[in-house]
Amino acid sequence: MAGTKVKLDTHTGAHDHHHDDHHDHHHEETFISKYIFSQDHKMIAKQFLITGIIWAFIGVMFSVLFRLQLAWPNESFPILEMLLGGWAEGGKLAPSFYYGLVTMHGTIMVFFVLTAGLSGTFSNLLIPLQIGARDMASPFLNMLSYWFFFAAGVVMAISLFVQTGPATGGWTVYPPLSALPEASPGSGLGMTLWLFSMVLFIVSSLLGGLNYITTVLNMRTKGMTMMRMPLTIWAFFFTAILGVLSFPVLLSGCILLLFDRSLGTNFYLSDIFIGGEPLVNAAGDLMQGGSPILFQHLFWFLGHPEVYIVILPAMGMVSEVLATNAKKPIFGYKAMVLSILAITVLAFLVWAHHMFISGMNPFVGSIFVLFTLLIAVPSAIKVFNWIATIWRGNISFTPAMLFAIGFVSLFISGGLTGIYLGNSALDIPLHDTYFVVAHFHIVMGMAAGYGLFTGVYHWFPKLFNGRMMNRTLGYFHFWVTFIGSYCIFWPMHYMGMTGVPRRYFQFDTFETFNVYQDLNVFITVAAIVVFFGQFLFVINFFYSAVKGPRMKNLNPWKSNALEWTTPMKPGHGNWPGAIPSVHRWAYDYGKNGHEFIPQVVPNGAVDTKEKNTKGAH
Amino acid sequence: MLTTILGLITIILILIILFQISKASEMLATLKGEDKSMNMANKGNALMFMLFLIFGLVGSVWSTFHYADLFLPVPSSVHGIWLRNMFFWTLVATVPVFIVTHIALFYFTYKYQHSKDRKSYYYPHNNKLELIWTVIPSIVLILLVYEGIRNWYKITGEAPKSSMIVEATAQQFMWNLRYSGADNQLGSKTVKNIGKDNGLNVLGQIWTDAKNHDDFLADELHLPINKPVLVKINSIDVLHSFYLPHFRVKMDAVPGIPTQFWFIPTKTTEQMRQELDDPTFNYELACAELCGQAHFNMRRVVVVEEEAEFEAWKAKQKTTYAKIKEAAAAESGTASAAEKEDETKEMSSL
Repeated sequence: MAGTKVKLDTHTGAHDHHHDDHHDHHHEETFISKYIFSQDHKMIAKQFLITGIIWAFIGVMFSVLFRLQLAWPNESFPILEMLLGGWAEGGKLAPSFYYGLVTMHGTIMVFFVLTAGLSGTFSNLLIPLQIGARDMASPFLNMLSYWFFFAAGVVMAISLFVQTGPATGGWTVYPPLSALPEASPGSGLGMTLWLFSMVLFIVSSLLGGLNYITTVLNMRTKGMTMMRMPLTIWAFFFTAILGVLSFPVLLSGCILLLFDRSLGTNFYLSDIFIGGEPLVNAAGDLMQGGSPILFQHLFWFLGHPEVYIVILPAMGMVSEVLATNAKKPIFGYKAMVLSILAITVLAFLVWAHHMFISGMNPFVGSIFVLFTLLIAVPSAIKVFNWIATIWRGNISFTPAMLFAIGFVSLFISGGLTGIYLGNSALDIPLHDTYFVVAHFHIVMGMAAGYGLFTGVYHWFPKLFNGRMMNRTLGYFHFWVTFIGSYCIFWPMHYMGMTGVPRRYFQFDTFETFNVYQDLNVFITVAAIVVFFGQFLFVINFFYSAVKGPRMKNLNPWKSNALEWTTPMKPGHGNWPGAIPSVHRWAYDYGKNGHEFIPQVVPNGAVDTKEKNTKGAH
Repeated sequence: MLTTILGLITIILILIILFQISKASEMLATLKGEDKSMNMANKGNALMFMLFLIFGLVGSVWSTFHYADLFLPVPSSVHGIWLRNMFFWTLVATVPVFIVTHIALFYFTYKYQHSKDRKSYYYPHNNKLELIWTVIPSIVLILLVYEGIRNWYKITGEAPKSSMIVEATAQQFMWNLRYSGADNQLGSKTVKNIGKDNGLNVLGQIWTDAKNHDDFLADELHLPINKPVLVKINSIDVLHSFYLPHFRVKMDAVPGIPTQFWFIPTKTTEQMRQELDDPTFNYELACAELCGQAHFNMRRVVVVEEEAEFEAWKAKQKTTYAKIKEAAAAESGTASAAEKEDETKEMSSL
């Protein structure tokens, strides 16, 4: 390790004398080792982020396409035929491709955007920078983690172009629908590719997760005790633990499904009559004894922790940004850490609340009701603590801060509806209706997306050599997105209270559900506006990455955290000299009249009357 | 096509304009000084949050009442009423939290916007306060859990002995409804028999099981009012979900694993038509679990009627067993009685 450090130090020395953008032949880094197979955590973070942004564009565009169908089911859109060809003959979406779009939207957003794009980006960027490490514990595994993710993306992208279309069974790919090619065209090659892509993705996630855990535990700089870490790091740490313990279960579920599909096993299949005949095994006997519910258990054992994998990093970054911009310590730091811990533990004990009416034993359901509603307690603590953090603060409204505040609002709105859905009896009428769609889009999709924006706006200078994003564009972006996302998802609660089921191609078959035509149009228009509103972000992002003005001082948000002690263009190794040591926690904001006291400031160096201060750390 | 292109051009123009405004404002900021421009931004955004709070709260209340007419009518089942009450109490527990936390969040955001004269208040924690907002939600949630589990056990508990037994078998993309007939017992079946008897055996009933002989299939789900009904739910291909929105009934149909749901309908279709002033109203049965490309199309009409009407309807239904025997007889046409007997034997051996 010591040897590496020395090497890295000379590295960064070379960087200081040369501009990044012109190539230097003394430099041992080639274009490939620097930009493609890079082992620098900052470059890997950028790779995750930009790949995530591309996938987000695709995933969100898919939702706009299927929203067109929901708003104007009888209209034809030539643009659809132009984009999708045979899948939208005459400008009208084919039902099977509608379900393909829905499935891909879910898969892409949950896994590629909100898991890889969010946790992958910021765990990579911030863990070494905020704990004071030169890189991850294993930069090589870290590089592999990105490239496995990339490969997963390539396979998923290929599945969009196969003749039978992509997977159509919903992002949860419940068998038998996903196991039987006869049941749906999308359950053919598209589904095999889906599973293969997911296996690659899980490998990526495990490589990343193990690295994050090791790095946080072993590579903190001098003085950076666990209880001095910023909440971002706590969040990434527990996210990684969740991922490492739950993704393997999905892997096993996926592999069993692959077996059922191609090797003639029947883990999930029993008593099935499909394609005009009973489903038999190789010996000609009826396949019996498999359980489709088993897959649901395996899926949701990851699937539910997955939503915390998505939301915890967002919570961590929001905590950091709220405290930094309100210039107040995060309220109840210990309670925040403990509630992340509580969420992590409980996250493993709530998965079956997705399955109350799946045919699972009702007694099992009742235990999951208890744990599900219990998990609302640490969530509530976090919300109250965030609000207490901005109370009597001195708030600067940077775009990151706006998104952080928006996050808290969405987390409240979406979290509260979870109390309805988590209560098994109430879940009976609400399950698989638009109420659920509204709930998880607000609390997980939107909120985590806001976490992503918070992170990008706040740490952009650390991603792109000190360049800043345009603030005004950020404001436009926030307000379009914030107002727009409530316009999209709030009305869906009403549809849910009418019992309108999700995943319906059109509603005109049912008198009961066909009453929201105008609202569906409203939602689609809002979705289109929000979709195009995101270009404000994309333009800002790419323009600023190349041409944005550099920050005027190295700590533009007056933050205490360690990443702002690195130079404008930190090379591989982050700090040109020795790694700074840490003397205090990350949240000495507004203490004794000091607006902020960075973690690197030694105790005697500022005028501190700590002993007289209430609750000093 | 033209409108699409025009629309896209308009959107691109708007994006360019916003981009130029933003660039200009950045330059302005360098001219006027970073502090001054940040000050303006703070004021503007703080005000926007306040407006968002006011319009958001008013809008959410207004729209709830505006759309309330479209919500499902009062449940037409006994347990539906329990669930309605539970929904109400959950509203009582959550709406105030929603309103109070949002007021706090946005009001503080507005009030504590950056000012040169203000120093933020160093207030890292307060154990008492944190204890309060841990304990109170816990108590409220435990009450909700208690109420929820109590209802859950009542709903999923054993059906009354007097329940009428009906079976719903899902397949892509329809519901097969089977009544248990006079013996109130469903005969056994196997997917191996599906499609036998010249395609008339749609469920794969086993004719050696005499309980099958009085079972009949129906195109509509007819139910007598105020009588408990136990629906046996299953599927022959993929997952489906037996969903009766007006009765607050939903249960997945799983191939290989039989599920069930019992409930008591409390209003006839006729009563609903009068109450809603909608002479064409019908209860509907839908599928609520994605089952393939025609998932949205699995409709059956549900009719709740007075017991006498129900009995009259039931008397008119023909058992599958009889239909198959008739068809077999018609086919053999002139065949002798002995042959007919053979056929019946063959059928039974299935």
